[in-house]
Amino acid sequence: MTELILRRLALGLVTVWMVSVIIFMGIEALPGDACTAFLERDAQGEVLERCREQLGLNQSATQRYLAWATGALQGDLGVSANGNTTIAAEVALRVKNSILLAAGALSVGVPLAIFLGVFTGLWRDKFPDIFFSTGAIFAMTIPEFVAATIITLIFSIWLGLFPAVVLTPADAPPLDFFPEFVPAAIVLTLVMVAHIMRMVRSSVIEVMTSDYIQMAQLKGVPYWQMVFRHALPSALLPAINIVALTIAWLLGGVVVVEVVFNYPGLGRMMIDAISDRDLPVIQAIAILVAATYVGINLLADLLTILLNPRMRTQHLRRK
Amino acid sequence: MSVGAPSRAQARPSLLRRWGTVFYDVLSRPSGAIGVALVLTHVLMALFSPWLAPFDYKAMDSGLILSGPSPEHWLGTDHLGRDVWTRVMLGGREALLVCGVATPIAVLWGGMVGVWLGLRGGWPDEIVMRAVDAFLALPGILPLMVLVVIFGTGNEVLIPTLAFFFGIPVIRVVRAAAQTVVARDFVLAARARGHPQRQIIRRELLPNVLDVLLVEGAMRLSWMLLTFSSLSFLGFGVSEPTPDWGLMINDARTFMSLAPWGVLGPMIALSSLIIGVNLMADALGKALGIDRAGKAVL
Repeated sequence: MTELILRRLALGLVTVWMVSVIIFMGIEALPGDACTAFLERDAQGEVLERCREQLGLNQSATQRYLAWATGALQGDLGVSANGNTTIAAEVALRVKNSILLAAGALSVGVPLAIFLGVFTGLWRDKFPDIFFSTGAIFAMTIPEFVAATIITLIFSIWLGLFPAVVLTPADAPPLDFFPEFVPAAIVLTLVMVAHIMRMVRSSVIEVMTSDYIQMAQLKGVPYWQMVFRHALPSALLPAINIVALTIAWLLGGVVVVEVVFNYPGLGRMMIDAISDRDLPVIQAIAILVAATYVGINLLADLLTILLNPRMRTQHLRRK
Repeated sequence: MSVGAPSRAQARPSLLRRWGTVFYDVLSRPSGAIGVALVLTHVLMALFSPWLAPFDYKAMDSGLILSGPSPEHWLGTDHLGRDVWTRVMLGGREALLVCGVATPIAVLWGGMVGVWLGLRGGWPDEIVMRAVDAFLALPGILPLMVLVVIFGTGNEVLIPTLAFFFGIPVIRVVRAAAQTVVARDFVLAARARGHPQRQIIRRELLPNVLDVLLVEGAMRLSWMLLTFSSLSFLGFGVSEPTPDWGLMINDARTFMSLAPWGVLGPMIALSSLIIGVNLMADALGKALGIDRAGKAVL
């Protein structure tokens, strides 16, 4: 098992390294650099040269990649192109806000999704299942901005319960975002519940029709004991991965929802940076989000391996 | 993901009859029938709306700003006094054009690479798959927005960009499908007969991953429509005065409390198209025996 875990870790590291190379090369291939973005129209002749020298842009690409990568590893993400603020400080602020929004959505969404998934899976094809499953298809397929607009229309305009947009500045303490961030959290919860619920439902159905559950049924195990002791532990195992994917999605900057509700999270920072062509910030956010994605999925994989007795020996059997 | 039962491959009737059966199977499912009907309606509307639209989509009427639904203007008018119904009818043309061209390209190039990797294996497979992992770790919409900001929002930028980034996940799916085919005896037999690799790909692999490619294409189409409309909603896609649902929703949101019909029209149009494509993809997957990881609901 140690070998398997080590291999997964190595794979994760290789992926993050690949991402950093892809991002760096991608930014490199674009016309313009941090100096042309920062100086805008003054970007010519001697001024441009001096700026490039100052930021070390006249070094070779390999040297700059190494400098950037070692900096990023030490938590130094560089300086933003349109000012002198360090990217790390601003990103930390936005990440905190994104975590707040994610935590709000997750704390309601995950239990609700698992409950609904088990419920609809056990009562498959009955009325509540058809109702929730159809609802889930809608929540999953309609664009986030459509869902967000509907939520605003209902909660902010017709019912007047919440403000339509968040006006709290990015550096406010977490409690200040309440109740402004509720509509955004509702939209994220809807999408999230739909995905996790569908996954849990099909997993529950699969396990409930499996041989060992039939065996338990034939042995006369009471229904609820069979569900809780025999079926759910293995039916909920795949949920770890989809929950991880959801967390990664939430932390990776939910661009559309943050823009719609004007929420000062990582997604808004990303889109602002793109509009400003602030390449150093784009680079920093991209690597951060990608590393988070890889890290969370890695954690979920490891957790699944630890919890699933079959996975522990699978790689041995394959040999 | 499983690739068709061997029995079907053995008793394969004429191609035309097989696809006829598949099509009939799709239509006989409620999700498939609804999906095909929705998609067909949207395609027909996109094709013929220039002749059917009651007004000129650019024509502004300063006397009728944000007016409500009336016999003349079925969905009222927008903040510039333009007829909303006309713009809703025309609003899917760009999305369907761009995604309709980019999806086949994405599936083709991703599918080709996937099939080749599935057959080849070894170090090229390792390297490309790590790159695929890396690309999939990036926040999906970020590279698209960056490229649009730098190179402009024209279709000549959007189509190749979308086709490139949507082909990457296809590689992984098709590679997995190809690997299960490669492991089967008829590929071994073809190798034993000494067929060149190109012939094995064309005669043994491609016919067997075609089903996967089709379902994948249908799913990618719905995601691409979603991405395309998100881009134009965020102001990184179609630009005014071209009517586009994403753009219209963004414009109308500002006046939502005064004129909710302006936002409801394009929202229903866009959602029904994406739901239609999704239902169709779902039914197609079931008809071909490819259950997307058992996640299908209806």
